[in-house]
Amino acid sequence: MADNTRTIEIEVLRYHPEQDTEPHYQTFSVPFADDWSVLQGLQYIKDDLDSSLSFRWSCRMAICGSCGYMINGEPKLGCRTFLRNYYPHKVRVGPLDHFPIERDLVVDIDDFVGKLEGIKPYIIPREPRTLEQGEYLQTPAQRDQYEQYSSCINCLLCYAACPQYGLNPGFTGPAALALLHRYNADSRDEGWEARSEIVNAEDGVWRCMLVGYCSEVCPKGVDPAHAINQNKVNSTLDYFGVLKFLMPKGAAK
Amino acid sequence: MQTVKVDVVIVGAGGTGLRAAIAVAQADPKLNVALVSKVYPMRSHTVAAEGGAAAVTRDDDSLEYHFNDTVGGGDWLCDQNVVEYFVAHCREELIQLEHWGCPWSRKPDGHINVRAFGGMKIERTWFAADKSGFHMLHTLFQTSIKYPSIKRFDEYFCVDLIVEDGRCQGVVAIEVATGKFTFIQAKAVILGTGGTGRVFRENTNGGIVTGDGMAMAYRHGAPLRDLEFMQYHPTCMPGTGLLFTEACRGEGGYLLNKDGYRFLQDYGLGPPEDKPRNKFMELGPRDRVSQAIWHEERKGRTISTPHGEVVHLDMRHLGEKKLRERLPLIYELAEEYMGIDPAHECIPVRPGIHYTMGGIYANLKAETPLPGLYAAGECASNGIHGANRLGSNSLVDIIVFGQMAGSEAAQFSKSVQNSNAALLEKQAKAAEDKALSVVTKTGGKERHSVLRREMGKSMESGCGIYRTAPEMQATCDKIGELRQRYKNLNVEDKSSVWNNDWLGALEVGYLLDVAEVIVHSALNRKESRGAHQRLDGYENRDDVNFLKHTLAYYTGDGPPRIEYQDVIITKSKPGTRAYGAAGVAADEQRKKEAGNG
Repeated sequence: MADNTRTIEIEVLRYHPEQDTEPHYQTFSVPFADDWSVLQGLQYIKDDLDSSLSFRWSCRMAICGSCGYMINGEPKLGCRTFLRNYYPHKVRVGPLDHFPIERDLVVDIDDFVGKLEGIKPYIIPREPRTLEQGEYLQTPAQRDQYEQYSSCINCLLCYAACPQYGLNPGFTGPAALALLHRYNADSRDEGWEARSEIVNAEDGVWRCMLVGYCSEVCPKGVDPAHAINQNKVNSTLDYFGVLKFLMPKGAAK
Repeated sequence: MQTVKVDVVIVGAGGTGLRAAIAVAQADPKLNVALVSKVYPMRSHTVAAEGGAAAVTRDDDSLEYHFNDTVGGGDWLCDQNVVEYFVAHCREELIQLEHWGCPWSRKPDGHINVRAFGGMKIERTWFAADKSGFHMLHTLFQTSIKYPSIKRFDEYFCVDLIVEDGRCQGVVAIEVATGKFTFIQAKAVILGTGGTGRVFRENTNGGIVTGDGMAMAYRHGAPLRDLEFMQYHPTCMPGTGLLFTEACRGEGGYLLNKDGYRFLQDYGLGPPEDKPRNKFMELGPRDRVSQAIWHEERKGRTISTPHGEVVHLDMRHLGEKKLRERLPLIYELAEEYMGIDPAHECIPVRPGIHYTMGGIYANLKAETPLPGLYAAGECASNGIHGANRLGSNSLVDIIVFGQMAGSEAAQFSKSVQNSNAALLEKQAKAAEDKALSVVTKTGGKERHSVLRREMGKSMESGCGIYRTAPEMQATCDKIGELRQRYKNLNVEDKSSVWNNDWLGALEVGYLLDVAEVIVHSALNRKESRGAHQRLDGYENRDDVNFLKHTLAYYTGDGPPRIEYQDVIITKSKPGTRAYGAAGVAADEQRKKEAGNG
């Protein structure tokens, strides 16, 4: 094992609905190695100091999307943020902003999951195909049209970053709208009309105030702000009835 | 306790569970499906699979080649009837995923692109950059939303199966957010709960990979098969064990020892060439490559680091552009986690536990010996991986046999009625009381985090890449001791909401039962085959006594009862397992013999 020669103070938000009326911070001293993530610091607390600390985590490699927290006020993945970058100062870990706290660092994300389900996140085929017909042809350039928007890991850092979602939880929000765009932009899909109601709705793309912080905090290089803007253009064209004329096989290609 | 009645309940919402759920919904939209998972589906560990999924695709490939690679790669411990079905159905399942939107990498003409993988004779691995499992999982999850008959129970932790009249008829689960119990009564139950890599300390697996389904089925009398075969992946991050996909080598990466020498040529995998060549050198199978690294360490030819001995994964010659395009996640892991730019520096790597070849015994139809209970994916042992799984066979395993489990369970559910509801609910109540007692009990002394660490360390020393009887015996004793100490557990957190101190304790209970099966199965197998290698007089494969599957049965407090079962052989007689130039010679020999016969 690597030497754990340094000790950092980790302040963690505690809130237990069965005992607490208000959330509060609790400080732990954590000896850490140079390659330790914030998540490893939390695991140390859970295993060795206080087993009642609750937080979500799993893959440890920034792909399962479980461990989004506010780390010194910024939305980040705990597994991909390193204690060495905060030492010798303390680091403060809280639950993601803009979501109800269930307990400690665990937030209720059902609102997002409902929105994801609502945007019809599946291929609505242009021409249905049988397995015998083999794969749809899709060139690398066509794949590039939607690839980055398919890379979202649903970690919800973008919702914690979005001031509009903070003010108005009805807003469909960055990740769900980026996913909507991912399907609209896929050459295999013809669902843009079915999804246009969500795009154009009051809580759709027009709620976005162009802050762009969502794209900045995304750990996977997805650009939800761009997806939303693209759909504002499409929404406008749709309003004037020209979209179907311009792009008979789907918007935002 | 709330009771929910459905036709089919599925535990686990990774690739297997989601594919099974869709299969039930497609078989008959009137069947109600409950999809139970201790995490949201997109957190399931399928998400972390990197390299890709195998299917015969190119004109110069054939089902026979894929079959031979799989059976030889598994050191002839595969059930060949199941492998035959498997290789014949990989491609249609991958095309199905393509139709559902999976962003497979493409050739310029728009057709699917394939890459090379270890132990595979022809390039046949479909890939979505190096996030193949991630894309498959999200595609399946998002597609599952189309089917209204699938009701998800996200963040429900399963504590037991309900067995009545000799049939599995439901599960009991805890809603994590409230601590409340639900009995989900069903006519058929499918387990798709994944592997059990967390019994070891250094592993590539997510924290959720704790053998839950295996332990639950085992406790109800279903045998666990071939669990001694745990796969060490050769290229993992020192310390954390995070995975650097085999595609790093498929794309042309080298493995070097401390002298910058491509050492695999010393272990029957050469001769070396500059470009990757299928079944040669770095494209050898995982067991052989991990074993070679072990030998290099003994010869003092590895590099010492604070996290142990390492070798180098060298991809510098591939260039930044190709690495960013084909291996973006690997680039990110090296840069963010290790501060290494793989276009300019070698990545230090060492073997880590990656995959559970064995599992709940299931046949070709995903049926377990317990009627009404189906198992597929990593939690199952259906016989396709044998003693060593080939990279890119597991991502097709989960969809080919997830589909099978779903359609079989759908059919079965229509042929049976549930037993008396009062009897089932009485059992469900007993399961609730048992799970609750873990948290409500007072006076215990042990912390489950301590037991988990001791288990991981002991498993590493007893069930590593090479094994000896004294070390395995010591681990048998240790796991037995830990199972006793588990009875004296003290769960400090007594609350209901999001009490993962309690759930963690239940997971350690699952892990210990499965760990005990692994080490006892290993100790009893007096030969070396695939991922099970011994140094104590049993260095060779012994087809006379051990061309057999291990079956481990639960006996309660004591160690498992071990039995053996014949391997199903249809057309490939056990032969010499060889790679590199020796592999080419062995193939020629087999052809000649077949011609003469």
